[in-house]
Amino acid sequence: MGLCERCKKVQATFHLTNITREGEKTERHLCERCAVEEGLIQIQKPNFSAEFIENFIATAKAASPADTDLVCEDCGISYVEFRNQGLLGCPKDYDVFAEALRPLIERAHDGATRHIGKTPRSLGIKRTTEQEIWRLKRQLRDAVAGEDYERAAELRDRIREMDES
Amino acid sequence: MSAPIDELARHASEWLRGEGPLHDIVISTRIRLARNIAGFHFLSQADDEMRREIAETIEAAADKAALLRGFVHINVDEVGELERNLLVERQLISRQHAEGVGVRKVLFAPSEASSLMINEEDHLRIQVMRSGLQLEEAWEQIDAIDDAIEEHLDYAFHPRFGYLTACPTNVGTGIRVSVMLHLPALRLTNELERVGQAARDMKLAVRGLFGEGTEALGDFFQISNQITLGRDERDIIDDFHHLVIPQIVEYEQAARQALLEKRLHALDDKLFRAMGTLQSARLMSSNEAMQNLSHVRLGLHVGRLKNIDLHTINELFLQTQPAHLQCLQGQRLNGEQRSLARAAMIRARLSHN
Repeated sequence: MGLCERCKKVQATFHLTNITREGEKTERHLCERCAVEEGLIQIQKPNFSAEFIENFIATAKAASPADTDLVCEDCGISYVEFRNQGLLGCPKDYDVFAEALRPLIERAHDGATRHIGKTPRSLGIKRTTEQEIWRLKRQLRDAVAGEDYERAAELRDRIREMDES
Repeated sequence: MSAPIDELARHASEWLRGEGPLHDIVISTRIRLARNIAGFHFLSQADDEMRREIAETIEAAADKAALLRGFVHINVDEVGELERNLLVERQLISRQHAEGVGVRKVLFAPSEASSLMINEEDHLRIQVMRSGLQLEEAWEQIDAIDDAIEEHLDYAFHPRFGYLTACPTNVGTGIRVSVMLHLPALRLTNELERVGQAARDMKLAVRGLFGEGTEALGDFFQISNQITLGRDERDIIDDFHHLVIPQIVEYEQAARQALLEKRLHALDDKLFRAMGTLQSARLMSSNEAMQNLSHVRLGLHVGRLKNIDLHTINELFLQTQPAHLQCLQGQRLNGEQRSLARAAMIRARLSHN
């Protein structure tokens, strides 16, 4: 973690990436105070409830000013438009808005950030191996719940084998 | 009125057959998968031309899939409001799909157990319904349909986020499992909060079934998952199967037992009044019909009401809905005409023999 590029004294905690319409990428690394002074973020005096502060942080995280400039070149939607309508414009948005979407996705899915489950068949063998592992893990859980420890040990060994292969 | 849709109104949907495991409490099981086709924008950024191409791509894939042979195809944007509402009441399409804009379709099995909504919020929403608690069966069926379609097109899939959806709240598995429950005894004993609690503990949502919003007409409730990312489909289904539904079913059974043992006269009064109202009323709103049918259904399942065909009651839940009623009458009716026609239809179906 580097120091703030503006005051060069405090550790930079705001990392902003701008992508212009021409596809040029610029990065800023600032401390909180400099980010406020540059008008990139607004800090309100936190003399309210804990809930208010939590909401404020969540909002700041989800829609920091850097995101508002992001536009997907494929479908033409901006991050602001997405926030307003709640719907993304195309599959590529998941990569273009990845940083901004992360906290939102985490909140919606109880902290999860990665898909586990079915994958399209066209992606090949990966699916069968993974699915077999899920199946075994489920059986393991059932075996433990049913106190069938002999079977549980057997399943655990098979899962290990498959994980390693 | 178009013939294939009009015909539907004459019988109950697969999901209201009143059969299957735990059918006295669990009305039906529904699983839905949200899918989008690679190479196209999501619908908010798709123009008419693209919407048409998306629909053609999915229909072409469906035509090639042996599993989807014989499905009925309906252009939702080309049929009238009444027909669209009928499809909503039968749960073949969502309210959103009925009221949407642009090219959109529904393909469904003649049994109505499976349907494909094309160009709803996502390019494709596959849906499978079963009566009673049949999660495994519904999953196997929808998994097979999903595979059959995917053989002929490419889904938008991300190595990290899984199946990509227009709204990030559906991303990952894109699965929505919904179990519909009939909980009249919990309503009568004022214990519905226990259902909310059980559902919230598992991060599931509870909604009323027929009414919009949270109001639950006829004591029907729908429990569905919210989280679609980070858990595989079978884990999500297992929660319903092993944890949530058995618990709620137990609450309802206990409430029914308590009513029978401790408040039998009050219970009987409710049940017989409901039956009397259905057999005598001259004007009946759809809400009043739902509530009375709910009590009669309870009465039949706890053995206090007899000599009434349960199947008829299940059918009436659907056929007293506004669009069904008008389709069966063969004409558009205003609110008061509907109340009159509804009361007459119910009396005819439940007349003293």
